[in-house]
Amino acid sequence: MIRLERRPQPSRLWTAVTPLLAVLLTMIVGGLMFAALGKPPLEAIRIIFWDPLFDPQFSGYSRPQLLVKAGPLILIAIGLSIGFRAGVWNIGAEGQYIMGAVTGAAVGLAVYPSDSALLFPLMIVAGALGGWAWAMIPAVLKTRFGTNEILVSLMLVYVAENILASASSSWLRNPEGMGFPGSRNFKQWPAVHNTELIPDTGMHWGVVAAFIAVIAAYVLLARHIQGFNIRLTGEAPRAARFAGVNPARIVFLCLGIAGALAGMAGLFEVTGPAGQITIDFNSGYGFTAIIVAFLGRLHPVGILLAGLLMALTYIGGELAQLMLGLPGASIQLFQGMLLFFLLATDVFTNYRIRFGSEEVA
Amino acid sequence: MKRRTLLASAALSLALSGAAFAQDVPKIGFVYVGPVNDGGWSQHHHESAMQMKEHFGDQIELVEQESVPEGADAERVLTQMALSGADLIFTTSFGYMDPTIAVAEKFPDVKFEHATGYKTAENVSAYSARFYEGRAITGFLAGAMTETNKIGYIGSFPIPEVIRGINSSFIHAQKANPDVELSVVWISSWFDPAKEADATQALLDQGADVVLAHTDSTAPLSVLEKAGGFGFGQAADMADYKPEPRISSIIDDWAPYYIDRVQAILDGTWESHNVWQGIGDGMVGIGEITGPVPEEVKAEALQMKEDIANGDYHPFTGPLNKQDGSAWLAEGEVADDGTLAGMDFYVEGLTGDIPN
Repeated sequence: MIRLERRPQPSRLWTAVTPLLAVLLTMIVGGLMFAALGKPPLEAIRIIFWDPLFDPQFSGYSRPQLLVKAGPLILIAIGLSIGFRAGVWNIGAEGQYIMGAVTGAAVGLAVYPSDSALLFPLMIVAGALGGWAWAMIPAVLKTRFGTNEILVSLMLVYVAENILASASSSWLRNPEGMGFPGSRNFKQWPAVHNTELIPDTGMHWGVVAAFIAVIAAYVLLARHIQGFNIRLTGEAPRAARFAGVNPARIVFLCLGIAGALAGMAGLFEVTGPAGQITIDFNSGYGFTAIIVAFLGRLHPVGILLAGLLMALTYIGGELAQLMLGLPGASIQLFQGMLLFFLLATDVFTNYRIRFGSEEVA
Repeated sequence: MKRRTLLASAALSLALSGAAFAQDVPKIGFVYVGPVNDGGWSQHHHESAMQMKEHFGDQIELVEQESVPEGADAERVLTQMALSGADLIFTTSFGYMDPTIAVAEKFPDVKFEHATGYKTAENVSAYSARFYEGRAITGFLAGAMTETNKIGYIGSFPIPEVIRGINSSFIHAQKANPDVELSVVWISSWFDPAKEADATQALLDQGADVVLAHTDSTAPLSVLEKAGGFGFGQAADMADYKPEPRISSIIDDWAPYYIDRVQAILDGTWESHNVWQGIGDGMVGIGEITGPVPEEVKAEALQMKEDIANGDYHPFTGPLNKQDGSAWLAEGEVADDGTLAGMDFYVEGLTGDIPN
């Protein structure tokens, strides 16, 4: 008989080992899947995990791209993780990301073609506010009327997508775009272009912000009283209430931080790598960040590493499609496996396996 | 020392011959916005690419990448494709325009072909189809076949491409039936079977009995099959719904263009251009007219197709007024491509507003 026995405390060893184990299992099962598709499995895995970093032909370009792709994921995931720690389930980061981008871009485009040095910081603030305001909707509804923030925040993603479509096809549309949808391209507007700070490193302001967010979240959760309150609310809500923590305040705080960070991520993306508001501007960062947050065990440093790993599977996955003709869906499946195995191996953190029959108490 | 240089030069020449060998067979890349089995836009480009590959066989190498989001991801995918040695890359969605231009700047030796945009460069061509020519014919059939004098139209986004299609359909529906009314439902998506089905049902509930769609799924036809009424294949022939409710179709066929452009790469004659091809060039096809369409209507529709194909007739020929009643085209005047490309107004007789 094999049975699971709850550990008195989550195992520290397993907490650290499970992500590595999950990656390893993903490689094995993913490799089998690639083999079943008739593609060389070892080569596919090498292309996904190794080539973007070290291949002489591609790495010069794809290594910096790792930061570009990981930046927004980390920034959003950090915000989400704080809420998840407190049991505030914000699933709508995608919407907050869109609203941040739209608001920030709108502020900038309103004064086009100003070249004021203050404009870009102002747009960052506007982006953060846009995302924050969008996250306040589920926060207010939850604290006032007891609605479920999972549903409200998720539904607001679809509202945001429609606002985005309307922005790109009418009120933020490029007046010189011959009626085609899409805003002006920020890449052609040096004053607000969120370009690489050091050439060929991929380092733009959004990546800098992501690193700052990692440090700030670490300090908040490990050293600050609010961080303690957040963790307490998540782990023992009743105890938190007795300790005088106001649950409504925690909801506002968590959704506010997540919304502001997602909004900023949107603004950095629209003024940088994406370049413009388009109908399909959002490419799922807000949803992928949920995976990143859990892959990183809701820990700031873990999220940093998870974001980079996720970015690697994206870029490596694209490369594998290109070099081996793997179907796009198989890459998505591969990424899905990563989360699946992480959650599956997670069992060992909280439980240990016992062989033999249960002892009589 | 000498031996090392010898080895180095041997290695170098080996590498060079390898590179030369790779260049012998041009590498043609395709980037799709959706999965290659989406049943609509991306699948069509993919199938046309496969036809092109079949045509050239081992003379070329084909690489494809599907489900590439527009924006930053597209730029990265294009750069990686260019780095991998592609000679010609087709970027098959409007949203790839700026990324294509940006990557083309970094790789002056790689050629690019961008679908449905308007920006070109020394090494970037733009190509697009005059779908409005096909919509003239489906619109005419819709006008002839409606008994309630109400036609429904499912629109994706209010961009010039779609507005052009609505105008062209309506003008020609009116030619067949002066009393016809056309109402549009916008669903903010190019491919969403559930929304398309809902929109079709809503239009039927409003009294429409023919539904045209500028969205890619077969959902409208499947609703019409159950509820009654006529529809058209969109992007594909959608022959499964023959002979009715599908009474004809408007088909995207990119293969002739792809074969043409890849041939130009093989011949070394590739040059940047901006083309807009229609029925005459084979980029837009009209599927077989089926169902209870009367013979004389069918003959008239085919005649119209013929006239458009050989340039005798332009679907936007005056006299035409704008929706607000102001004059647009005088008697016999033909719309210029610039106005058509940026079309942001309805023609006279259409009700409702273009949403903003």
